[in-house]
Amino acid sequence: MSALQQRIAAARDEDRAALIAYLPVGYPDVDASIAAMVAAVEGGADAGGVGGADIVEIGVPYSDPGMDGPVIQQAVDVAVRAGVGLRDVLRAVEAVAAAGAVPVVMSYWNPIERYGVDRFATDLAAAGGAGAITPDLIPDEAAAWLAASDAAGLDRVFLVAPSSTDARLRSTVQACRGFVYAASTMGVTGTRATVSDAAERLVARTREAIADTGVLLPVCVGLGVSNGDQAAEVAGFADGVIVGTAYVRPLLDGEGVEGVRRLSEDLARGVRQRAGAPA
Amino acid sequence: MTTSAVSPPEPRLAPAAPAWPDATGHFGIFGGRFVPEALIAALDELTAAYEAMKVDPAFVEEFARLQRDYTGRPSPVTEVPGFAEHCGGARVLLKREDLNHTGSHKINNVLGQALLTKRIGKSRVIAETGAGQHGVATATAAALMGLSCTVYMGEEDTRRQALNVARMRLLGAEVIPVTTGSRTLKDAINEAFRDWVTNVETTNYVFGTVAGPHPFPAMVRDFQRVIGDEAREQVLEREGRLPDAVLACVGGGSNAIGIFTAFVPDAGVRLIGLEAAGDGVETGRHAATITGGTPGVLHGARSYLLQDDNGQTIESHSISAGLDYPGVGPEHSHLHDIGRAEYRPVTDAEAMEAFALLCRTEGIIPAIESAHALAGVMRLGRELGPEALLLVNLSGRGDKDVETASRWFGLGDREEVDPGPGMDTDQQPTEGAVTNHEAVDGQDAGEQA
Ligand SMILES: Cc1ncc(COP(=O)(O)O)c(C=O)c1O
Repeated sequence: MSALQQRIAAARDEDRAALIAYLPVGYPDVDASIAAMVAAVEGGADAGGVGGADIVEIGVPYSDPGMDGPVIQQAVDVAVRAGVGLRDVLRAVEAVAAAGAVPVVMSYWNPIERYGVDRFATDLAAAGGAGAITPDLIPDEAAAWLAASDAAGLDRVFLVAPSSTDARLRSTVQACRGFVYAASTMGVTGTRATVSDAAERLVARTREAIADTGVLLPVCVGLGVSNGDQAAEVAGFADGVIVGTAYVRPLLDGEGVEGVRRLSEDLARGVRQRAGAPA
Repeated sequence: MTTSAVSPPEPRLAPAAPAWPDATGHFGIFGGRFVPEALIAALDELTAAYEAMKVDPAFVEEFARLQRDYTGRPSPVTEVPGFAEHCGGARVLLKREDLNHTGSHKINNVLGQALLTKRIGKSRVIAETGAGQHGVATATAAALMGLSCTVYMGEEDTRRQALNVARMRLLGAEVIPVTTGSRTLKDAINEAFRDWVTNVETTNYVFGTVAGPHPFPAMVRDFQRVIGDEAREQVLEREGRLPDAVLACVGGGSNAIGIFTAFVPDAGVRLIGLEAAGDGVETGRHAATITGGTPGVLHGARSYLLQDDNGQTIESHSISAGLDYPGVGPEHSHLHDIGRAEYRPVTDAEAMEAFALLCRTEGIIPAIESAHALAGVMRLGRELGPEALLLVNLSGRGDKDVETASRWFGLGDREEVDPGPGMDTDQQPTEGAVTNHEAVDGQDAGEQA
């Protein structure tokens, strides 16, 4: 079984959802961003509290992040200007694995294509990465990545959206390995005051597509979650809760690594208080 | 072959269907759809509606009526013998897209996409714009058809094309200056995509060039190909033969594809795209995407682009806001790779020399974008000599560029007028004596404007 799926299953065995933290490499600089990822993984574990993130989405900086809102844009822009690239990302992958979480790379497609798809897959696997999430790559355009990820034994996570037709839900889940990323709101990344109803509906439709196609995959929800209460709400219907902008904000606000750790603790508590676990 | 010399001009969208793209929007290895899944439904809807609309006689009639009665098509072909004296004596014909309503070729595409917007029942349009011509055209069509309109424009471009910002606002559009990244067209496109994915239920994205995800490159081409369809007949009718070469400037590539498409099957006709070389391709400060770039993915499609070793887009530079873009439409990348079209760089200085020449020799003030094509024909004419018959797409007029050009040439209302590069002391164009725009206050003139 894939590393991502295994970790999400382990959370499920504890009757909770998995916590998935996104942080971009290179903000405020490479070392500090890696320290923030490690803090997100540790959460309150050292202080006797619950742990932190089960999985870290390691963000590859990109000059044209069309799916991201202002917070992530601002952080990533700094990293792009500093020349942060996939070599630094691979270092973060090793650090996250060493901290005990499952590292998965989150990248717009062009940095991977530029690095070389096969070379990326080989180097990512060697660094201990589980696979990659590709927000602007749909399976229809992914032939090279499907082959390279198969050859390297990597997971590949594609996105589904509220606007996806049933047919596209089916073809997308068939291309996924690890989990399915349900991008729950129509829009760009950023925190939202409330969890949209669209999220639960999308998860239900995605689970139907999974049942129809006979693949066995967890469904994780991202876009908008910012605190433990919202995490608990999403944990009520999803297998994993993905949090991005809220993790980046403490870094932008100068709260640093400790701000990231506090947030992770709050979110980790949230995913353990799922409102009503799925059958 | 698309048409014969004797067939009467008649409205039509696609006389000879081009051999590409394939059903999923690929031009050879280029094109496709590299967008978030959330946008796929909207792109599918647009594709299906467009495919239905282009064979619907009511649409074909309505589109033709608007082109004739509103835009003023067909646009004329003008021979420019005074200018041609500076082109090695070759004969030069201009296709006059500058005479269209709103002042450029952009209106051709926008009228088609605005009709499509109404057909799919959306009430709001958004657009990106660089020079402001596509924004003005979209604001115009929105006013005409009762749609609400938001235009994203890089902050840098709102300054150098201030006239067009005012025009868009007069037409009732909201203009949002974009302050991220290079603050030019590339970042305006990013913001427009973010708006679209958020508001896709009510909003259609009227894309301004032959780039972006499928179906935009094919659809915008089909709306722009009227330029070449008309020009091919016009040239055949007046000359009894086809031109030796067809030239056009290339930003995203819509005016170039517009004039090339009818000639693609004519193997004897050279197709030449002129890219903005800014300070010179060798300086790194340029926008010559095919000349100086590599294949990659940007703004929803695979094509040539300016990128670094990490796959980050490199900021482009050009005096011309409409060409200041680090990407290019996928069909151009394909035409380049199969050897059907050539792409050549033209520096700011060369373009401004050609700009001045056309003003003084023919009484036509071109858009600075189009002046890149004029610089290309000056060079090509000298290569080919007096036998050559050359057709140039004059994609737009220069009203919007008066400020930038005045600065470049040191005109305006200063007491001591420095005639500036490209002009002698009597403010006559100095042929061949090109011009180092660092002479203008030591800075990129485009950035000062
Ligand atoms: C007059 C004119 N020509 C050319 C262009 C470049 O666009 P394209 O390459 O799509 O024709 C522009 C863009 O703003 C323009 O205004």
